[in-house]
Amino acid sequence: MAERPEDLNLPNAVITRIIKEALPDGVNVSKEARRAISQAASVFVLYATSCANNFAMKAKRKTLNAGDVLAAMEEMEFERFLEPLREALEVYKKGQKGKKEVSEQKRKDKEKKADSENDKSREDEEEEEEERMEEEPEAENEAEEEEVEN
Amino acid sequence: MNMSQNNPDKDDQTSSSKKNISLPISRVRLIMKSSPDVSSINQDALFLTTKATELFVQHLAMSSFNNGAGKETNSLSYSDLAHTAEETETFHFLTDILPKKILARDYLKSLEQMQEEDADF
Repeated sequence: MAERPEDLNLPNAVITRIIKEALPDGVNVSKEARRAISQAASVFVLYATSCANNFAMKAKRKTLNAGDVLAAMEEMEFERFLEPLREALEVYKKGQKGKKEVSEQKRKDKEKKADSENDKSREDEEEEEEERMEEEPEAENEAEEEEVEN
Repeated sequence: MNMSQNNPDKDDQTSSSKKNISLPISRVRLIMKSSPDVSSINQDALFLTTKATELFVQHLAMSSFNNGAGKETNSLSYSDLAHTAEETETFHFLTDILPKKILARDYLKSLEQMQEEDADF
């Protein structure tokens, strides 16, 4: 269960990375815009869930399945997502199968690394956050410098 | 095109499934479960919703940037997003959380007007 309201937010570092990858290089995304996109993404999840749940209920099923989510996308008029979603699901299913075969071997390796890596990735996210916060003041500085030159 | 997907070696599989989605599935499940009438979600549905959310973030950012005022200045701002929510049919469901900003001056003016109209009665 979600115990705190911020549990219903998606991680800012990941959202920011997705935005940056989608936009052309060098586009400056304001902090306010990033927060708004992140909130929009949470609302999107809820909206999609509610639509998908309607399809499951119509079919008298209690468990949401892949078909329900795809039907929800159509209903929400995000047909453009259907093809990439189907492709991703196929790759994901193959990956799941492959994982089972190699999991025994890999799990042993991972368990050793797990603790140290968890700490590392957390640090990385925090670093990213700091970097981004610094970006905006930088832009302001540039503007100031221009004024001085003039 | 499908060559790499059909015949991946073991290392490719793990790295591609990692690359496949970057948002945490557990967090998406938490948001989905916060909806009161959802009882259970199977793994594929969870994966698809997570992937769809990533596509949505890309799509929202791209459309807002391409139709926004910041294209010349190479920036994406809140008002570009609010504009997209209002103007694009598929993003209409976002208007509640992406309200257009108005100046306090304009808001006070409209308040005054409303009061005047009330006084007429």
